[in-house]
Order: sequence, then structure tokens, then C-alpha cells
Amino acid sequence: MTELLKIQGLKTQFFTSAGTVKAVDGVTYDVEEGETVAVVGESGCGKSVTALSIMRLVAEPAGRVVDGNILFQGNDLLQLSEEEMRKIRGNNIAMVFQEPMTSLNPVLSIGLQLTETVQMHLGVDDAAARARAVELLGLVGMSDAERRLDQYPHHLSGGMRQRVMIAIALSCEPKLIIADEPTTALDVTIQAQILELMKNLTRDLGVAMIIITHNLGVVARYADRVNVMYAGKIIESGTAEDIYHNPKHPYTLALLKSVPRLDQPRGAKLDPVEGQPPDLARLDEGCSFRPRCRYATDACAASFPPTELIDGIHYSACFHKDKLDSPMKEAS
Amino acid sequence: MTAADVTSVSEIDELRSQKTFIEKSADMFRKQPLGAVGFFVVLAMIIMAIFANYLAPYDPTLNDFAAMLIAPGADYWLGTDQFGRDIMSRLIYGARTALFVGFAASFVGATCGLVLGVMSAYFGGTFDLIFQRIMDVFMSFPLIIMALAIVSIFGPSTQNVIIAITIPFIPRCARVVRSNALAIREIPYVDAARALGFGHARIILRHMAPNVMAPFLIMLTSFVGQAILTEASLSYLGLGVQEPTPAWGLMLQGGAEEYIESEPWIAIFPGVAISLAVFGFNLFGDSVRDVLDPRLRTQ
Repeated sequence: MTELLKIQGLKTQFFTSAGTVKAVDGVTYDVEEGETVAVVGESGCGKSVTALSIMRLVAEPAGRVVDGNILFQGNDLLQLSEEEMRKIRGNNIAMVFQEPMTSLNPVLSIGLQLTETVQMHLGVDDAAARARAVELLGLVGMSDAERRLDQYPHHLSGGMRQRVMIAIALSCEPKLIIADEPTTALDVTIQAQILELMKNLTRDLGVAMIIITHNLGVVARYADRVNVMYAGKIIESGTAEDIYHNPKHPYTLALLKSVPRLDQPRGAKLDPVEGQPPDLARLDEGCSFRPRCRYATDACAASFPPTELIDGIHYSACFHKDKLDSPMKEAS
Repeated sequence: MTAADVTSVSEIDELRSQKTFIEKSADMFRKQPLGAVGFFVVLAMIIMAIFANYLAPYDPTLNDFAAMLIAPGADYWLGTDQFGRDIMSRLIYGARTALFVGFAASFVGATCGLVLGVMSAYFGGTFDLIFQRIMDVFMSFPLIIMALAIVSIFGPSTQNVIIAITIPFIPRCARVVRSNALAIREIPYVDAARALGFGHARIILRHMAPNVMAPFLIMLTSFVGQAILTEASLSYLGLGVQEPTPAWGLMLQGGAEEYIESEPWIAIFPGVAISLAVFGFNLFGDSVRDVLDPRLRTQ
């Protein structure tokens, strides 16, 4: 497999009156062709900003990518002109947003929204674009595609709209899809359907996917590789198996324990991650998870722990990674 | 999301589209009785304007010194003025002037305001700040003062009256549209459109502008009423449409003032026409909004 996207030392900051917010602080990861990579973390840890940075859609002038490279097929996206970037968006890299209820334009028909992208990037005529739109709706499992094209978003349910969003994302056969919490706004059964659909489509079409989520259940089932983010940094990364069975960062461990499990007795209390995520405008030298960490020592306050290899592709940034309890032992 | 639900929804769609046009219009009038009144006033004006040649019993500019200052009666339904011109014919032809000036000024003004307002909201930041301050300057003049100033620079003529009314409309529409577009800007479909690689112009015109149609249409229709009123005011002050073109404002001028006590019909009928037209357009505007906005449309 060849490398599709390589993010190196990405730093995105927001300059506000309350100070500089380091939303993304030195994130490094890569995505290979056809691979599904998950980015996991709490709200406000910089997951979405990382995605927006890749698309170069961070709200300027308050927010800016201050450092790092984003290599897509060898080209640094951060060096491209706005015009060149526009040709990449939707065409080579597509995005599926969190809110299917509001990411479709309510006054434009489904057909128009589907054909517009195809026509702009691929330059095909009306008939070909319409045929492609019908094909795409079929692909995402919507019946009666011809009629759907003339319907408006308010005719469709949340799950249907997300299917349309996926169809739009796939319309120009992109190399990479960034799905920013694609199922958060949907109910559980629809979530499973949509994720299953995305998994199958990306596998069949060979599209790579970055799936941004705070749901570890999603990660376990659908991701090849997982990056756990906390306060703008990736604090642990590895295969889904590494993260699940052998977490080497107290935050990952805490996240795992806060998820309900079927093998625990009914009525067992969840173990939430104590405290609040830190204020990203006021981070110090030390480990940002320290105030919430039960393993914290003085060393954690002195400097940020370096990212160290554990085995294979499993990395962790914690001084106390060897002292952690296995999640399995805790559960029993 | 089951197959059964989907079929029933499409069936309802079909049933709905099978309603005839007349049934639909009847439905609309039941729901919007005031709007229907406004609609008929507007319709009457449009018919008067288009078919003025056939509807007017006399030539509106013909001076007939044998028939000066005749009270409303069988020959002259609404009477004649001091030059013997038939008031009714002049009112009918005056609808042409009023509608032409009203539609041209409000359409151009509101459309410029729409584009500028959405642009201002979309780009935000410094552009928005500077642009809004310029709009503030324009807004600080009352409509009629601004129009008067412009006409006195360019000189009175129908075309200049349209320009004079258009310019003060732009900031008024831009302001209202901007405040709506600011909310639209934050809805994810705008970011989604950017993420699909669309350019600024396409996002502004195709994705954002249709979403602010509701305030735009209310502004547009209320502008038509205002424009008719302003045109009448300018004409009354002698800075608008020039004689002998029949215009309602012009009809209130000159003889109308002189003869107001002895021959009141010369002033009353054009006054009624102006009020009715403005009233009609405002009523119509409110219902157009209710009907055209898909978010307010009943399912």
C-alpha cells in the first residue's frame, strides 16, 4: 500500500482575545490508500480542526495553520493556491459532516446538489451528471432514485440525508473521505447502517477514510488504525486491537472504561473520565492530561512525555505507560 | 425509513400535485384572505398598466377646453381637471408610470442589496466592517431626502427618478439580508459547499442567496409600495416624472391644490390610487413570503 496523506507536525492555532488557542499542537499521522483511520477524542480536543486544516477550511483570520506539512499524494496542501485547493476539495478529498439535517441546502433539490459537484469537477453534461446521480443514489442504497432527485432535503429522514451526503462525497471518486462524526446525530440502528455502508463502499471503491469520532465502539469495528487525541496532541496511536486490548495511555484506558460494555453486569455504573478537558489557551509544558490522571507524578509536570514506540505501529506518549492496568482486569 | 413509509409519502406527493391550479389558488386565498385582496389590487394595477390603451376612455394628455373641471358623471366617470383631461384615463395611464418606476427601482435596488448583503455576511471580517459603515452613511439619510439629492444632481426625468429611488434601497435591503445571511453562514451546508470545492461566487449566489429569499421578497414587495410613494412625492415636488406624462404624483400637483375646495375629485382620486397601490403591494408582499418560503410551507 502506498501513502496517500501524510500529516507532519501540524499546528493550528486560533488567535482570540482570551489568548492563543492551540487547537492542534503538533499532530503527525498518515493514511495509506484504501485505509480507514480513526481519530478519537473528547469534544474540543482538536479532532475536527485537524480535519478542517486538511481541507484548508479553518475559519480565517482567527484561525491559522502556523506550522507543519500536509502531504497529499506528495504535494503539500498548505502550499497550494486557493484556486488549486478548490480543485482538490470535493474532487480528491471529500468530507462528510456531522449534521445530516443541516449539511444539505434546504432550498436546493437533491438532484441539483448531487449533479452540481459532478458537473463542476468532472465537467460532464446535464444528462451524464443526472445518470451519475442516479447511480450514486443506488450505490448508497436509496430506492426510487429517479424520484429522489426532484425531492428536497425536508422530504428525507436523517439517515437518508446522510446517505445523500455520502453519495455527494463519493460523486467525483475521491481518494480520501474525511467523515467528521458522521453518525453522531443519528439514532443507534441508523448509525450502524450508515457505518456499515461507509465501510463497504470505501472497501469496494478503494477509498481511504479518516473517521473522526468520540465513539470507541465505532473505532473497534471499522478502523484499521486509531489515533487518540487529547488537547491538540495525539497521545496514543496503534491498531484498533492495540488500543482496545493493550492501551498504554491513562486517557485511552479511562475512555475505554467510560463506555458501557455487554460483558459487564447489568446496572454496573459507568466510570466517567473525571474532570474537564483543559483550556487550550492555557497549556503548560507538562502533560496536558496530568490534572485528570491517577498516575500523575512530578515528572509529568516538568515536560510533555515523548511519543515512544511500544511494538509494531503502537505508540504512546506517557511516562507511566508500563504501570497501567489492563482494561480486562479492571472489568472483571 | 421503511419501504411502506416511502411509498405513502410519494403517493401523497402525487395526490398533492393532482390538485388543479384553481383548487390550489382557492386554498391559498382561504389561508391568506388579506394577501388575496392585495393580490387583486396588484393584478388590477398590472392590467390597467398593460391595457391602458384599451381601457382608458380618453387620451390622457388631450386638453379639452370644452370640458374643464367637470364633476364625476356619466361622460367622465372620475371628472376632469382644469385642462379638461379625463382623470380616469390619466389614472389608468399613471399606473404604467407607477408600476414601471416601482418595479424597476425596487427590483434593481433589492437585488443589488441581496448580493451585497450576502457577500458582506459571507466574507465577514474587515470587508463586512467597512462595507457596513458605508451602508450606515447611506442609511442615515431619509429615503425621500436621499432621492431628492440624487434627482437634483442628475436632473428630473423618469430614468433618474428610478436611479434616485434605487440607491437608497440598496443599503436597506443589504442590511436586512446580511443579518439573515449571517445566520445562514453558520449552518453547515455553507461549509459543506466549500468542502466540495465551490467558488465564492457560486456559494453566495446559488447556495446562500436562495436561503434569504424570504426577507428579500418581503423587502422587494414593500419596496414596490415605497417606490410608488416616493415617485409620487418626487413628482409632486416637481423633481420626478415630468408633464405631460401621466403620473399620480403629478396629478396632485398644480391644479389639484388650487381647486381642492371647489373641485376635490382632482386630488382625491389620484390620492386614493396611490394609497391603494401601496396598501395592495404591502399586503401582497406579506403573503408572498408565507407562500414561497419552503420552511414555512405547510407539509
